[in-house]
Amino acid sequence: MLNKDFEILEILERDARISPEDVAAMLGAEPAEVRKRIADLEANGTILGYKAIVNQERVHTDRISCVIEVCVTPERGYGFDRVAERIYRFPEVRAVYLMSGSYDLLVIIEGKTMKEIAQFVIDKLATLENVRGTATRFMLKKYKELGVLLEGEEKVHRMPVTP
Amino acid sequence: MSTQPILYTQNLEKRRVAQKVQDLPPSGIRRFFDIVAETPGVISLGVGEPDFVTPWHICEAGIHALETGWTSYTANQGMTPLRKAISKFMRQQFGVEYNPQSEILVTVGGSEAIDLACRAVLEPGDEAIVLQPSFVSYAPMVTMAGGVPVPVYCYAANRFLPTQSAIESAVTPRTKMLMINFPNNPTGVALDRSTFDKIVNVVLEYDLLLVSDEVYVPLSYDEEPLSFCTASEIRDRLILLHGFSKAWAMTGWRLGFALAPADIIAAMNKIHQYSIMCTSTIAQLAAIEALEHGEEAALAMKREYDRRRRYVTHALNEMGLPTVEPKGAFYVFPDIRGTGLTSEEFALGLLKEEKVAVVPGTAFGECGEGHIRCSYASSMEALRKAMERIKSFVGRHS
Repeated sequence: MLNKDFEILEILERDARISPEDVAAMLGAEPAEVRKRIADLEANGTILGYKAIVNQERVHTDRISCVIEVCVTPERGYGFDRVAERIYRFPEVRAVYLMSGSYDLLVIIEGKTMKEIAQFVIDKLATLENVRGTATRFMLKKYKELGVLLEGEEKVHRMPVTP
Repeated sequence: MSTQPILYTQNLEKRRVAQKVQDLPPSGIRRFFDIVAETPGVISLGVGEPDFVTPWHICEAGIHALETGWTSYTANQGMTPLRKAISKFMRQQFGVEYNPQSEILVTVGGSEAIDLACRAVLEPGDEAIVLQPSFVSYAPMVTMAGGVPVPVYCYAANRFLPTQSAIESAVTPRTKMLMINFPNNPTGVALDRSTFDKIVNVVLEYDLLLVSDEVYVPLSYDEEPLSFCTASEIRDRLILLHGFSKAWAMTGWRLGFALAPADIIAAMNKIHQYSIMCTSTIAQLAAIEALEHGEEAALAMKREYDRRRRYVTHALNEMGLPTVEPKGAFYVFPDIRGTGLTSEEFALGLLKEEKVAVVPGTAFGECGEGHIRCSYASSMEALRKAMERIKSFVGRHS
């Protein structure tokens, strides 16, 4: 990947709403070139989408999130892939990772009620054929998500004018 | 018997503050600071320090220093491991050797190093040529050391670089020192090779000491950074000043260093040991971390400044304020003469009408008239808003 693409990605990861004109000015490039590069990065699956980072606690006060550690018996020829797929197809699942260590899959469920999460674990997850066990850990407080602080901004201590 | 003390007190009333200090002009920035501080909701491009906080691993080294009881004095010159790390840094950056035992002094920011350099070498009446526009401290430090600052102006027409003839015409038999700062605060201009060579020539030809403040050298864009330590022919005449404030975002830690021939470092250290004793131990330990493991964080900040630099230069030129593309530091120095306003009128008007703070160019020397200093050490979001506001201000005043 070209250096300019890296730079464009670094800029967009910080602020996806920045205009191609501003990105072009920042890189000393032409806006048309930046537009084309972004389009290419979208087309080849490097940029998968653009989303708002929402502080869910401001939207639903009764919703919680949890991570579920799942122990799985791998299948010959597929490893963990098929079980992972069974799990990530549920829309309430935000992320699934295969982990090293004492469990296999890490499943993240976000913004659900306690009852919904319990139902998901008992009815859907634990009953899967290859799932040997689960441990559900509820998040008590979110401090930082996707590199963004959720509560309060960092205080600026700089004086407004210095030599 | 009792008349003596009364007479003494009357005299003291008049001479409480030394004449030399009374005569020192107040910093133009200080005055502007007071006005900005009174205006709420200001976007400030008037800040001469990084908007980043110190990289966390460096802070953590400082915290660890406290936790493990590093709370005592260090050697006057600075801890040996820090001086060794500085020596290694210069070797890696420029392939030049500085002896940690005799040629390196750790100071309270670059500022103390400026003061020490002047006090260590200037005799009363010695002249020091100070290139302007420049950081506010150089000329007053020369004066306080008993010397006479002789400004040499650099103009936009020559990309804010000095001409050899301008420097030469300022040289007199009393000239002892040439003080420069590239990449420059406030213009952001870095040296090109030909000016670099001219400065070396002038130093040799007129038998001068060169004080080169290179605190912004790690923030050099587009081209390889130039340091006078690579000019071996002036090695015995070079006092190189550097610091952790800018490239590692450590302004509040107050740590810098001087590199110079052993006799000059010994002289500077003599003053330093009496006035300062040693710099903060905690800051020194954090600085070791910065030198040994801070390269990646410093580069990430530099990349960010680089983008903002291009963005701001582009935006200012687009709105009709001719701006020389800066090649270092985090300042731009646009030409505002097209508005018909003076630097001060522009800065005050912009603050009042659009709530954007910039610093009048005149704060950095008379030749800064017609320019303002904008620092791009601010978030892109703040810069974008500031550029919009400056644009509407310029629109109303041209």
